[in-house]
Amino acid sequence: MSRSNIALLVLIACVAALPLFGGAYALRLGTIACMYAVLALSWNVVGGFAGYPSFATAAFFGFGAYCGGVLMGKGFPLWAAAAVAGLLALVSAVALGAVLLRLRGHYFAIASLSLAEVLREVVNNATDLTGGGMGLNIPLASGAGVMAEATFFFYAMWGVMLITALMVIVVANSKLGFALNCIRQNETASSMVGLNTTLAKSIAFGLSACFVSVAGGIYAAWVHYIDPSDVFDILYSVKPIVMALMGGLGSPLGVACGAFMYLGLEEVVWRNYTHIHTGVLGVLIVMLLLFLPHGLSSLRFDRLRRRTKHV
Amino acid sequence: MQAVQILINALVLGSLYACIAIGFSLVWGVLNVINLIHGSFIVLGAYLAFGLYQSLHLSPWYAIVVAAPVFFVFGYIVQRLILNRVITAPVLVTLTLTFGLDLILNNAMIYVFTADYRRLTLIPPLGSVSFEGVVVPVDRLIATATALALTGLLYLLLRRSRVGRAIVAVRLDRDAAVLMGVHVPSIYAVAFGLGAALAGCAGVLMALIFPISPLTSSAYLGKAFVVCVLGGLGSVSGALAGGMLLALVESVGSAFFGPAHATTLSFLLLIIFLILRPQGLVGRKGFE
Repeated sequence: MSRSNIALLVLIACVAALPLFGGAYALRLGTIACMYAVLALSWNVVGGFAGYPSFATAAFFGFGAYCGGVLMGKGFPLWAAAAVAGLLALVSAVALGAVLLRLRGHYFAIASLSLAEVLREVVNNATDLTGGGMGLNIPLASGAGVMAEATFFFYAMWGVMLITALMVIVVANSKLGFALNCIRQNETASSMVGLNTTLAKSIAFGLSACFVSVAGGIYAAWVHYIDPSDVFDILYSVKPIVMALMGGLGSPLGVACGAFMYLGLEEVVWRNYTHIHTGVLGVLIVMLLLFLPHGLSSLRFDRLRRRTKHV
Repeated sequence: MQAVQILINALVLGSLYACIAIGFSLVWGVLNVINLIHGSFIVLGAYLAFGLYQSLHLSPWYAIVVAAPVFFVFGYIVQRLILNRVITAPVLVTLTLTFGLDLILNNAMIYVFTADYRRLTLIPPLGSVSFEGVVVPVDRLIATATALALTGLLYLLLRRSRVGRAIVAVRLDRDAAVLMGVHVPSIYAVAFGLGAALAGCAGVLMALIFPISPLTSSAYLGKAFVVCVLGGLGSVSGALAGGMLLALVESVGSAFFGPAHATTLSFLLLIIFLILRPQGLVGRKGFE
């Protein structure tokens, strides 16, 4: 295992110690941080490893949230609901991927983007099952105290983050990761030498959808109320990309760090500029892409002294 | 008679859709950039028409004359200063960058104009014409005619003028155009400026008919997407064909299944086209 992957696992282990130090606010932030890390790490499998600009994160996040929410409403325990949501997302994303991933570049980006719109419409119109635009209430998990519940959801999200990170590391070091790397560099050539590119891409798409969906299910249980415009928000598709770009595309450690840094920035901006926070987020994105296109991890001190012309 | 009414509605809607999408299609086809700011440009154009009518009592058709140059300069500057720096970067970078710009513009609009819906009401109202039970409001007729005129104007510009030929040349083969002495960055900026100008004009037309709010920008953007994919990229006839097809499907669909399913229908159409015919109705393969 490479040094950066060990560093990633150490980082995740350190995050687990949060409840020892923080109160309810820190736990809330920690839970969101873990959720963002899950989204960004999952996106990285398709976007970073295979180089496909997927905007489907919001679709699978909403899918998981509604799947989990509906199942919990029917009396399933949280772990079962989340597991079913993940499995369903895995299966449907592999099937969808076999169709959608035939598209490349902009066309794939749009098709994945419209996936969230379609699901949102479906959820809006299936009023009997999902409550439509009125949203869906999810029963409270237990009668335990506020802190106990916050700690429980923090560890649930943390556990998903750990499994996602392990999945990403395993994929990166496996034949699948090698195949995705080949696809990113030259898809035509890699299919010419006998690689089943469709299968590799579909599995990657399915894996990334699966963990996002589980995170969505836990999110639904955590906030107790979801509605279509909340969980199918396009920002859920864009934020993981910004995080990955921030930390450095393709490296799991960089992506996880990017997620934490992004949350920090978001929290500061959100608190100080309530009216213009999306605008500030936009400025951040533009600055990042113009001046640091390879992420913060590309900042090296030797670069500062002898700046290369083309990064 | 109901069938004729549906057809007329589709024609009106289709020409407006074409007008919304044509600038978007031009930018996508020539620069290979999905311009996510397009929707906000349209809304900004609508606010321009609204503001001019409220303050100076300037009718929307005069507002178009103001909007076109203003938006052209705006787009030219945005392209020159920001987008040209990353124009050769992968799809992800340009897409995310325009998304960031859109967040800024949209948030600025919400901050300045608030998210309330406004309505441009002409005084006195223009009324409507009816012919054997088929009713068409006059403002819609004017908007349709203007939209078609704008499309025709762009077609002539791309066909006849020197800069138009250069734009088409860059779209077809960038490297060969460079060898022929075309300065690609400025052609990119002109194309982006034209896209912005058309978006601004489309916004003025939209203000005539629909309520105005910064929140509607994503809906316009979605329409532009669908029309582009249906028709094919970068060509005027593609945008027209795509717009008409989308409007027809939406009008007939909402007559049969109810208006709640119009969006689902159009996105289903989009997915089907993406898979079966990604080059669009009249487009050619090669822009992926």
